[in-house]
Amino acid sequence: MKATDVSDPDYFHKVVDCQWACPAHTPVPEYIRLIAHGRHADAYMINWKSNVFPGILGRTCDRPCEPACRRGRVEKDPVAICRLKRVAADNKGDIADRLPKGPFPRNGKRVACIGAGPASLTVARDLTPLGYEVVVFDGDARAGGMIRSQIPKFRLPESVIDEEVGYIVDLGVETRLGSYVSSLRSVLAEGFDAVFVGCGAPRGRDLDVPGRKEAAANIHIGIDWLASVSFGHVEKIGRRVVVLGGGNTAMDCCRTARRLGGEDVKVIVRSGFEEMKASPWEKEDAMAEGIPIMNFLVPKSFTHEGGRLTGVVFEKVAPKFDDKGRRSLVPTGEPDLHVACDDVLVAIGQENAFPWIERDAGVEFDRWGLPVLGEKTFQSTNPKVFFGGDAAFGPKNIIWAVAHGHEAAISIDRFLRGEDVAARPPPMTTLVSQKMGIHEWAYDNDISNELRQKVPHAAPDIALRDIKVEVELGFDQKLAWAEAQRCLNCDVQTVFTPKLCIECDACVDICPMDCITFTENGEEEDLRRRLMAPALNLAQDLYVAEGLKTGRAMIKDEDVCLHCGLCAERCPTGAWDMRKFYLEMTQAGQGCRTR
Amino acid sequence: MTYITKPKLHHPSLPTNRLGYTRRDYEGSVSTLCAGCGHDSISAAIIQACFELSLPPHRIAKLSGIGCSSKTPTYFLGNSHGFNSVHGRMPSVLTGANLANRDLIYMGVSGDGDSASIGLGQFAHSIRRGVNMVYIVMNNGVYGLTKGQFSATADKGSKSKRGAVNSDEPIDLVGMALQLGATFVARSFSGDKQQLVPLIKAAILHKGAAFIDCISPCVAFNNHAGSTKSFDYVREHNEALNRLDVIPERQTIEVDYEPGSIEEVVQHDGSVLRLNKLAPEYDPHDRIAALTHLQERHAEGEVVTGLLYLDPTPRDLHDHLATVEKPLNVLDEAELCPGQEALQRFNAQHR
Repeated sequence: MKATDVSDPDYFHKVVDCQWACPAHTPVPEYIRLIAHGRHADAYMINWKSNVFPGILGRTCDRPCEPACRRGRVEKDPVAICRLKRVAADNKGDIADRLPKGPFPRNGKRVACIGAGPASLTVARDLTPLGYEVVVFDGDARAGGMIRSQIPKFRLPESVIDEEVGYIVDLGVETRLGSYVSSLRSVLAEGFDAVFVGCGAPRGRDLDVPGRKEAAANIHIGIDWLASVSFGHVEKIGRRVVVLGGGNTAMDCCRTARRLGGEDVKVIVRSGFEEMKASPWEKEDAMAEGIPIMNFLVPKSFTHEGGRLTGVVFEKVAPKFDDKGRRSLVPTGEPDLHVACDDVLVAIGQENAFPWIERDAGVEFDRWGLPVLGEKTFQSTNPKVFFGGDAAFGPKNIIWAVAHGHEAAISIDRFLRGEDVAARPPPMTTLVSQKMGIHEWAYDNDISNELRQKVPHAAPDIALRDIKVEVELGFDQKLAWAEAQRCLNCDVQTVFTPKLCIECDACVDICPMDCITFTENGEEEDLRRRLMAPALNLAQDLYVAEGLKTGRAMIKDEDVCLHCGLCAERCPTGAWDMRKFYLEMTQAGQGCRTR
Repeated sequence: MTYITKPKLHHPSLPTNRLGYTRRDYEGSVSTLCAGCGHDSISAAIIQACFELSLPPHRIAKLSGIGCSSKTPTYFLGNSHGFNSVHGRMPSVLTGANLANRDLIYMGVSGDGDSASIGLGQFAHSIRRGVNMVYIVMNNGVYGLTKGQFSATADKGSKSKRGAVNSDEPIDLVGMALQLGATFVARSFSGDKQQLVPLIKAAILHKGAAFIDCISPCVAFNNHAGSTKSFDYVREHNEALNRLDVIPERQTIEVDYEPGSIEEVVQHDGSVLRLNKLAPEYDPHDRIAALTHLQERHAEGEVVTGLLYLDPTPRDLHDHLATVEKPLNVLDEAELCPGQEALQRFNAQHR
């Protein structure tokens, strides 16, 4: 194998699994350490800069970081990164004086953001301080988009949305709310220099089976129904409710139904329980509220009587795999199942819809109805129009919307300055030794044996009574500290300098995880099998260093390294050093510009 | 010295041995020796050897004297018996323990100061008596705890860190062990665990006095140019005679070797030592030839390593003394006090 080039920012970035997995690449270990030190406001600001909505995401994020977390590979469960983020938000105090303060000198350019969801608000936040005049349009009366309309209040209190949306609007963003944009042309005609489309995936998929029309009064599209609940238009539902669909929207629907009078609420999915799209914790929370999840049932028809829904008929299916491992659902031949109910919530997916974009506005769409975009630029075929969030590549989640927003803001900034939009700025990185004394490090390298802390919940009888009572209470500071200590500080990198090494084996002997091997170099596949411990996780790199006196190579498997620094502590010559790798994505502004 | 304890977490694929223990279960507390000390590598090799042999930790007794080397038993086999004796007196404590309880595995850990200076007589007598033990000397040629004076094993002409040249003749512990009748003699290097681990395993399985001289560079005081016990010097002058595989039970040889390059030695317990001879003319069963070869190579400045001598049918102290089969602590009253009649019979034998 070739020696590893650790100056490539991607190499150490990948070692910080959480940060690498995060679409916005938030420096997770850094803010977790700050939380452990009680520096909640500092931790919050790292988040705010990177992901814009720490309080909101600390409650609702899809957490791509957690399945990636190294702790999950060396122990049982990953660090509760998402809930720690919430701790920073809950305890930060007043951070108003740390935010950029307008009015900012204008640069004369105007940018329209269509939709007031997370993607648009991110663009507005990134561009406003640079002098752009940003106008955000939304059909709803209040800014926030799906954050406000679709996420139930028992998961995300309104006050948190108001606060974090407020930080952005207060920068001096003009909002035109309650006015649905019905024409891209008219927006362009207003003289905007660029338009960002962040209108989400606003159309809930319907289920067209017999009985749908006749029983329409009691069949609701999940996201529309959630929005109606959110804005107070719907306040109750029937006693028996069937929720169709297995995603997070279905979980929000069933739990909301439980709070609006649904006593017998069931979630029924076509596929298997394991394959459901909903996050595991959302399934757990739903089941904890007495909601059964039934699987391998395909809805066939709605039954009705005198214009009133009486139930849903399901065909029983079982999974069958062909020789290529592809799965299909085949009827088992058992008699159909009739589930009696008073209301049905259909949460089987969302679709993009751009009825307001004129087909001759220069924006091309592909055959799935999605805009044709530059992969990293988010620029459409009309160079003035950019997309992001669910509107760009179909339904994802808030953190992806934020990541898109940052990228689109860079594109817009470069575009309006006449620079090449396709040229993307590299991230900013630093690598600093953590050595303070002979065996003292600037980070806490002692590995905690604590298991993942559970987030306290409100008592079910209280939580189910009022839709506005937040179920999760969040970690208190003691739990937060214990959880923060579980973080392995993966950003504190093991950096090896071959010319200092005397090959004494001290690092090999001390490494608790058998990560380090000195051996003859070879092909990667061969090397991976003859290390101290086989390196079978191919997603994790081998750190290869050459230039040792005996001609052997130092091979370190990054997979399960605890970053405890014992290799560096036991190294007599300082060939190993623990260095903190800090990576910040470049955002719109000075850093992203070529001139 | 490391301030944190070694994390309990271990590699998810860490193998277990026949007893269900992992290698980590044979560790001790974190070493307080200087970072990079060769002794720590030897500790790691002992841990690996005991793990691979699936030894029950409570059936091992580790004994040591005084010095850097004699501190190491704290850093391995944390669940075994230990005795840290007076300087140079480990061999007599070990001999006594062995006489009292022959069922334990005895591991004597010592250094060049502890065995070649203050304890030279003790070393010599435990070897010549054939005590069933593994006697490991962690040999760095220097008094590390008192900041780097030459020890008795430092080669004549080698330089101290300060530049002083050693004018005294070195004591060759391997040569002494051969002369004094050790039935297993080996030399190895802390920086070569592939060689060291099988040697320790073979020594443990050997029922007799097994001596291993392990060169162990002192990174603080004896790892400089001019030293003959430094990593660089030993690596450049290491003349390995053989490679050893320890096979717990007899298996057929599946690997093809050059004819005559492989020798298998069956031990008393049925285990097999498979010697892959790197120097085909060297006979590890010829004590006198071994001594000659060692001295010739030493004169050339070479460091001969590997299994130097092996007597496959050793006799130990208990055989010589015809002692009782059982450990003393399990003898019951009837065995210990056989009564008046037995005493009279015994007395009659001596009239």
